[in-house]
Amino acid sequence: MLKQAMKKIGFGLFLLLTAPLALAEYRWNFPEPVTPMALDTLHVHNKFMLIVAVIFVVVLAIMIYSLIKHRKSIGHQAVADKAPSTATEIFWTLIPFVILLVIDFVIMGIPAYHSVVMMEDTRNESDMVLKVTGSQWRWQYEYMGNTDKGSQDGLVDAKGIKFVSNLSTPQNQVDGTTPPVDTPDSPYLLDVDNRLVLPVGAKVRILMTSTDVLHNWWVPQFGSSRLAVPGFIRETWVQVDKAGTYRGQCKELCGKGHGYMPVVVDALPKEEYAAWVALKKNEINEQAAGADKEWTKDELMEQGKVVYEKNCAVCHMASGAGLPPAFPALTGSKITTSQIFDADGKYLPDSHMDRVLNGVRVMPAWKALLNDTEIAAVITYERNALGNSVGDVVQPAQVKAARQ
Amino acid sequence: MSTTTVAHHDEHTDHPTGIMRWLTTTNHKDIGTMYLTFSLIMFLVGGSMILGIRAELFQPGLQLMNPDFFNQLIGVHALIMIFAALMPAATGFANWMIPLQIGAPDMALPRLNNWGFWLLPPSAILLTLPFALALFGIGDGALATGWTFYPPLSIQGGIGVDFAIFAVHLLGISSVLGSINIIVTLFNMRAPGMTFMKMPMFAWGWLITAFLLIATIPVLAGAVTMLLTDRHFGTHFFDAAGGGDPIMFQHLFWFFGHPEVYILLLPVWGFIPQILQTFSRKPMYGYKAQVYSFWAIGALSVVVWAHHFFTAGLPVPALLYFMYSTMAISLPLAVLFFCWIKTMWRGSMSFETPMLFTVGWIILFGIGGLTGLVLADVAADAQYHNSYFVVAHFHYTLFAGGIMGIMAGVYYWLPKMTGHMYNEKLGQLHFWLTAISFNLTFIPQFFLGLAGMPRRIPDYALQFAEFNMISSIAAFVLGLSQLIFVYNIISTVRGGKKATDQVWEGAEGLEWTLSSPPPYHSFSEQPTVK
Repeated sequence: MLKQAMKKIGFGLFLLLTAPLALAEYRWNFPEPVTPMALDTLHVHNKFMLIVAVIFVVVLAIMIYSLIKHRKSIGHQAVADKAPSTATEIFWTLIPFVILLVIDFVIMGIPAYHSVVMMEDTRNESDMVLKVTGSQWRWQYEYMGNTDKGSQDGLVDAKGIKFVSNLSTPQNQVDGTTPPVDTPDSPYLLDVDNRLVLPVGAKVRILMTSTDVLHNWWVPQFGSSRLAVPGFIRETWVQVDKAGTYRGQCKELCGKGHGYMPVVVDALPKEEYAAWVALKKNEINEQAAGADKEWTKDELMEQGKVVYEKNCAVCHMASGAGLPPAFPALTGSKITTSQIFDADGKYLPDSHMDRVLNGVRVMPAWKALLNDTEIAAVITYERNALGNSVGDVVQPAQVKAARQ
Repeated sequence: MSTTTVAHHDEHTDHPTGIMRWLTTTNHKDIGTMYLTFSLIMFLVGGSMILGIRAELFQPGLQLMNPDFFNQLIGVHALIMIFAALMPAATGFANWMIPLQIGAPDMALPRLNNWGFWLLPPSAILLTLPFALALFGIGDGALATGWTFYPPLSIQGGIGVDFAIFAVHLLGISSVLGSINIIVTLFNMRAPGMTFMKMPMFAWGWLITAFLLIATIPVLAGAVTMLLTDRHFGTHFFDAAGGGDPIMFQHLFWFFGHPEVYILLLPVWGFIPQILQTFSRKPMYGYKAQVYSFWAIGALSVVVWAHHFFTAGLPVPALLYFMYSTMAISLPLAVLFFCWIKTMWRGSMSFETPMLFTVGWIILFGIGGLTGLVLADVAADAQYHNSYFVVAHFHYTLFAGGIMGIMAGVYYWLPKMTGHMYNEKLGQLHFWLTAISFNLTFIPQFFLGLAGMPRRIPDYALQFAEFNMISSIAAFVLGLSQLIFVYNIISTVRGGKKATDQVWEGAEGLEWTLSSPPPYHSFSEQPTVK
C-alpha cells in the first residue's frame, strides 16, 4: 500500500521534473532565429559558449584534481618552499596568457568582427525603410517607403502608413486585479492592438528614435536591438525570412510602463503583405474623410473612451483619479474643466488642447501619436466623463486647425 | 613625549568611552570596525529590498507593489549594495589590515579617516529617506531610474533622483578621502625593508583601487552634477533639444562605472592569494605576475567603458575597439587564475570556512569572468544586453566575486580582530547554503535572459514563470542563510574559543605576529622586514 503510494508520488515527481524540460526545449537557448542576423548571433553564441565551457571544465578539472590529491587530511606535504626563478615564472604565466590571446583575438575575434560588420550594414541591399518611434509606453511605426531596389523587386510601397501599437492585455490583468490570462494568439503582456507588418524576405532598414526617454526595440528572434534616443536617429535592420508572428519587448528602463510596451511583428508573404498595405491605405483615406465631417457628441464619447483607456488610463487611471503627485487627477482638474478656445477660436496656453497636443514634463506630446479624430474624441471624453461634465465638444476639424 | 609614556600607552588606552569613542575615534581599528558594521547592516537592507523584488517576481501578475515602487527598489538595491555594502566592506578591511600588514601604527591621516566614515551614514539616509517621505505624502519615492541614472528618465524623475545625486556626492567624497589616505599610508608608512615588491597582495589590490577611485569618482560626480543642473537650472547637457546628448551621460557614467567593477574586485583579489597560501601551507605562486596583472587590469579598466552600451548605436570602429579591448581584460585575468590554482597545486590543503569560500569564489567568479568574455562580443551582446543574462553575469562577478570574497576575508581575519574563533560548523553551513542557493538563484536567470526576458520589468509573460519561481525561492534561501553569518559574527565578537596569535597554521605576514586581538595601538615599536 505504502509502496504503491510512494511509487505514485515518485512518478508524479518524475513527471513534474521532466515536463518543463520536454515542453520548453527552446528555453535553454535563444529562441529560433528568423533573420540572418539572429542566425549569425546564435552561431556565434553557441561557439563562444562552447569555448568558455571547455575553458571552465578544463580549469575546474585541474583544480578539483588538486583539491582531492593535495590535501592535508590525506597526508599530502606541501612541496618545498622554493620561489621559482623569474624566467620560470614568466614562462609559466605566459602560457595562460597566450592561450587566451589566441582564443580572444583569433578564435573569437575574427567571427565577431564579421558579425559586427554585418550587423551595422543597414543600407546596402535594403528594400524599404521603416521608422520606429518609442514613447512612454508604446511604439509608433511609420512606413517611409521603398528604396530603389525594393521598387525594382516589385515590393508594394507602403509609404504613408503610420500607426501606434499599444499593449492589448486588459488593464485589470495588468494592474493585478484579475489573474493573467494567456492564449497562444494573445500571450499575457506580449500582445498589441496594431501589429507591425513586414514582408517576408525584404531587408528593412529601421530608423529608430524616441519622443521622451530612452527605449530599446527588441525582438529576440530577430537578433537586433537598438536604443531609441530622443532627438537622434539610430539605425538597425531586419530581414525576416520566415512568415509568422514574433514578439519582443522594450529593453531599456523607461519608467513605470517599461514592462508594458511589447513589440509584435507579423511577417507576411509578399502577396498577403500587399493586401494588408491596400487595406491600411484605405483605412487612412476613410480616417482623413472622418476628420472633415461633423461628429456627434455620442460618437466622440464612444471613441474617446477607447482612446482614453488605451493611452491615458495607465497614468491617469481608468477612473480619472490619477496617481498624485506624479500623475495628477483629471477628475475636477483645472485643465479638464476650464475653457479651451479664446474668442477667435485659437486654443489658450495651458488649456486642455495645449496639454494634450504638446505635453509637459512627463506628459507626452500626443500630436505625434494620435490623429485629429482621436485627440478630439479623447478631449471630449475627458471633459464629459471621469466625473467631469463640462458639456462642450471638440471637433476633429478644430484639432486639425490647432495643429497649424 | 618620553619613552616611558609611549611604553605605557599600550595598556592605558586613553580614549573616550561609550558613543563618544565611536564618534571621535581616529584609531584605524575602530574605524575599520565601524566600516564593516555599516557594510553588514546595509548588506541586509539592500538584501531585503531585493527579496521584495523576488517576491513580486515569484509568479506572473502584480501582487505586492506597483511598477513605480518596483523600479525604486531595483535602483536603490544596486546603489546600496555597491556603494554602501561592498565598497565600505573593502574600506573596512583596508583600515583594519593595511596598517597591520605593512607594520604601521595607524593610517597616515587618521582624522580624514574618521570623516571618511562619518559621511557614509548620512548618504545612506539620503538614499533611503525618499521612501519614508513618500509615506508621509512628500515626493513620489526614491530614485526610480535604476542605479545608472540614465537621462532623460532621470530628468523626468521626482525628488528621489536629487536625493540620490547628493548621496552619490557624499559617497564619492568619502571614497576619495579613503583612497588618499590609503595611498599616503602605503607610500610613506611601510615598515623598513618592506619594498613595494614585498607588499602583501591585499595592499597592492587596494593601491590600484585607490588610484582608480581618484581617477574616476570625479567623473561620476561631474556627470551627476550635470544631471542636477539639467533638472533644475535649465542646462541641456543631456537634452537634444538644447544641443545636448543623452548618450554622453552613458559615456561619463561608465567611464566611472566600469572601473568601479574593478574597484570592488581588486581588494578581494588581494585576499584570495593570501588565504590560498595560508590554507595550502605553501607560498603564493607568481607574486610579481599577480602585481603586474593588477596594474594591467587597472589600466585596461579605464579604456573599455562603452561595452556597457553597445546597442546605443556607436560607429563600427568604436564597436570593434571596445570589443577587442574588453576581451583583452581576460589576458591578465587568466594569469591571475593560473597563479591562484598554482598556489594550491601540490600544497597541503585544509578546508576551513575561509578556504571554502575562496575555492567557491574561484569557481563562481570564473563563471562571471567567462560569461563576461562572451558578453564582449558586440553581435551577441545585442541579445544579452539588458536581459536577465546580464543580471546573472554581474551577480556572478559582484555577489560571488565581491561579496563571497569579502565573506572569505571576514572568516579569515575575524579571529585576529576579535581574539575568538568563530563557530566552524556554522561557517561551513553558511558557505554551503550560500553557494548552492546563489547558483539556484542565478543559473535560471541566464536561461531567462537567453529566452528573452528583459531586466527591470515588474511583470512578465507566462513563458518565464518556472525559472522565475525557482530563482525567487532560491533567493529567499540565500537571503535567510545570511542570518547565520550575522549570528556567527555577533557570537564571535561576544566570546568563544580563544584564538592564537597566528590563528591559522599556515598564516604568514606581519598581522599574525601581533596578539589576537591586536592591542588598541599596534606596532608602537616599528617592525622590520627582511
